[in-house]
Amino acid sequence: MWHLVLKNKEMSGCGLAGIIHTKGELLPGELIIKSICLQEERGNGLGAGFAAYGIYPEYKDFYAFHIMAESKEALERVEDFLSHRTFLGYQEPIPTRKVKTIKNPPLFKRYFVKPKFEGELAEACEDFEDDYIVNLVMEINEKIEGAYVVSSGKNMGAFKGVGYPDEIAEFFRIDEYKAYIWTAHNRFPTNTPGWWGGAHPFTILDWSIVHNGEISSYGTNRRYLELFGYKCTLLTDTEVVAYILDLLIRKHGLPIQVACKVMAPPFWMEIDEAPPEEKELLTALRMVYGGAMLNGPFAILFAYNGGLVGLNDRVKLRPLYAARKGDVYYMASEEAAIRVVCPDPEEVWAPKAGEPVIVEMKPGSIPNQKSYLKPRPREVEEHELGIRCKHPAL
Amino acid sequence: MATPQFAKFYPDFYIERDLDKCIKCKKCIRECTYGAHIWDEKKKILKEDHSKCVGCHRCEATCPTGAIIIKKHPSAFREHANWTPWFIKNIYKQADQGGVLLTATGCAQPFKNYFDHLVLDACQVTNPPIDPLREPMELRTFIGPKPSLVEVEEGENGKFRLKKPLPRNIQLEVPIMFAAMSFGALSLHVHHGLARAAKELGTLYNTGEGGLHASLYEYGSNTIVQCASGRFGLHVDYLNAGVAIEIKIGQGAKPGIGGHLPGEKVTEEISKTRMIPVGSDAISPAPHHDIYSIEDLRGLIYALKEATEYKKLVFVKIAAVHNVAAIASGIARAGADAIVIDGLKGGTGAAPTMFRDYIGIPIELAISAVDKRLREEGIRHRVSIIASGGIRCSADVVKAIALGADAVYIGTAALIACGCTMCQKCYTGKCPWGIATNNPELIKRLPPEVAFEKIYNLVRAWAHEIKEMLGAMGLNSIESLKGNRDKLRAVGLTKEEMEILEVKHAGE
Ligand code: SF4
Ligand code: SF4
Repeated sequence: MWHLVLKNKEMSGCGLAGIIHTKGELLPGELIIKSICLQEERGNGLGAGFAAYGIYPEYKDFYAFHIMAESKEALERVEDFLSHRTFLGYQEPIPTRKVKTIKNPPLFKRYFVKPKFEGELAEACEDFEDDYIVNLVMEINEKIEGAYVVSSGKNMGAFKGVGYPDEIAEFFRIDEYKAYIWTAHNRFPTNTPGWWGGAHPFTILDWSIVHNGEISSYGTNRRYLELFGYKCTLLTDTEVVAYILDLLIRKHGLPIQVACKVMAPPFWMEIDEAPPEEKELLTALRMVYGGAMLNGPFAILFAYNGGLVGLNDRVKLRPLYAARKGDVYYMASEEAAIRVVCPDPEEVWAPKAGEPVIVEMKPGSIPNQKSYLKPRPREVEEHELGIRCKHPAL
Repeated sequence: MATPQFAKFYPDFYIERDLDKCIKCKKCIRECTYGAHIWDEKKKILKEDHSKCVGCHRCEATCPTGAIIIKKHPSAFREHANWTPWFIKNIYKQADQGGVLLTATGCAQPFKNYFDHLVLDACQVTNPPIDPLREPMELRTFIGPKPSLVEVEEGENGKFRLKKPLPRNIQLEVPIMFAAMSFGALSLHVHHGLARAAKELGTLYNTGEGGLHASLYEYGSNTIVQCASGRFGLHVDYLNAGVAIEIKIGQGAKPGIGGHLPGEKVTEEISKTRMIPVGSDAISPAPHHDIYSIEDLRGLIYALKEATEYKKLVFVKIAAVHNVAAIASGIARAGADAIVIDGLKGGTGAAPTMFRDYIGIPIELAISAVDKRLREEGIRHRVSIIASGGIRCSADVVKAIALGADAVYIGTAALIACGCTMCQKCYTGKCPWGIATNNPELIKRLPPEVAFEKIYNLVRAWAHEIKEMLGAMGLNSIESLKGNRDKLRAVGLTKEEMEILEVKHAGE
């Protein structure tokens, strides 16, 4: 059985890579493999993974569940659960190759589903669908022993496991996919749970996150998220980042730029000097979202159907580089990891502490495209924000 | 034959005078407010009455030749684990006088001090500690209600701005405030010192229940005015004088009873400030006579808000008692902007010994329980929690915040900074250090500038230590410490205790 609730919080150092085509053209897996494999020294063979967007055009309106299971029985339980709670469009094993160094890998299967609402709920809107899926994911992870949802977004998927990036790429046949956004991770955990689910990317819906760092404010962040019903069971920093993004951007309707100012806020001495309106906003963000501030060294890349964002902590204690050539943007922990796939970028820069690099695709580039550059109406009424708010679906 | 006074036979302290060093200047006689030093005119020597000594060390500290040492009285009773001298002497006192045992400061019983069973974390290798000398380190804290989310909109210039302003909050530059200690209990000089220190440090001091002396109105933006059951000195200008009003329901040193300022302490100035006749006892009743339920509290909170046109925050201070979590939840729902929880170890200028020592629960457990309850109910953001009672050092502050407090109050620590030696006799009005007295001669011993400097130095030093500890934990802002139990580990606590504190044991 897998113990999803780890006893101690994991700590790790890591390498990151991300690529996005702003017009939604597909980029071969080759690129991301090269970029992350160049950063081999940043991992220790205990975890690597990839996220790819645009890989399931034929099922673009279905939520793609990548399920990892330790046994056939666990997989059957997931199937049983999904058949009750969703409409199943299509399912298949995730194609893998035999890799000498990877012994006894778990089973991987993908399911393309749509929420199945009963009764009145049938008329629910799309945002409600997202909540429904989030709850499904939480339920599978929590209740079905030996099964774990690796990813659950539309037209995207995550592939991750225990091994070096080249081994994981080989295993999941990453070279056979084409995507308009790629992210990748090479992991150096300081403890060795040796569990495939512990690798990055971490995902929820179409959010995927790869992360290098240790979040010293983890305890505060976790308690803060609990207020809104998020259960942090994996004890990884990355999980916390994923939920904070989901809360701030999807639920509270904050634009990405503002959400980044919550996670990596400017110092008071900068805020005090800012023009009045900006000062008022930044002060309010720090007062209200103190519990969502990520304190400690980190560099993260997060992606969604429509964009890729890189962000550093407020004093830049972990490396992050960005580059552009034409319509393609690159981000990575090392400049070399960019140059290996793009030797002559038009621009290369090291983003400043707390200054996000936000790259969104041109409008209308891809199906179900999302944009989070503008404030959106919040999705919930204030009184519903308490933790006692449970969705009728549960 | 006169009835023997047993308590007098067994003094607590022993005044040791080195006659070789004594130059008979009689300074000790002038310094001791209890008359323990006596000049023997016949023999032309100094003598002492040990039974009068309260152990304040004033004579020892001021003797120009260092001829005096105050010791614990060496006379001993036969060992008995149960009947210690403390209990024996207390019984003598009560048998002699037939009264309630009186004392001051906070709980003196050796209950488990949870702060002393919690250790802090620091970074090693996997994340770097931050050096506060080189990097900014932020302690700014906001007291008051916050919404659960921020709504933004796009302005004309395409920049984002706040859609509606946040409710009023008080900004503190350091999460340490000065607890309620009244003018009357303390000298006006100490109040001036506290007020000025609060101003320079960017924090707040609290008037206590004794009203606000006219000379202190200028410190309004750093003042919390208190509204206690006696309503002394309470009028609309007073309520409007500060930035917050604190309704005092109870106090950690004496939960369930009111206050008593003896008539001897009610001088001209105090009479004016408190609006009571000179020389009359100022007795605040145990309950507020208009608060017999939580609805009544709500009534008073809103009466005060109305009276001040919603410009002031209203704090409610309670003693940490068994049901503190449920009570705090009620207070939050009644509309308070901050809840002050004063624990078992909270100090006082005068309390019955039984109350000081045995009523209430430790602040560490109370903060954790209250924070947890408010979170469970989804209302934690609506109030701030201020922890008070028994905060002795900056590590205690850090631990209190990691347990869920937004800020702390210090009282005793600020007085010790002014020279208090914890003689625990504040209620006599004879404080030889010029702190807990209003005797015009005695208060000269502590000028306001000295009080200010000492209190300011103390908090500045603590703030610096807090920054160092935050940096070591890899944090550069205090909000990342709030409720962060990961930074705490227990040493030598039981499972239940750790569950209540929500901490793991060291090594886990
Ligand atoms: S009461 Fe204070 S001043 Fe008086 S003898 Fe004792 S220590 Fe000295
Ligand atoms: S304030 Fe004065 S009377 Fe009170 S304990 Fe301190 S030294 Fe003694």
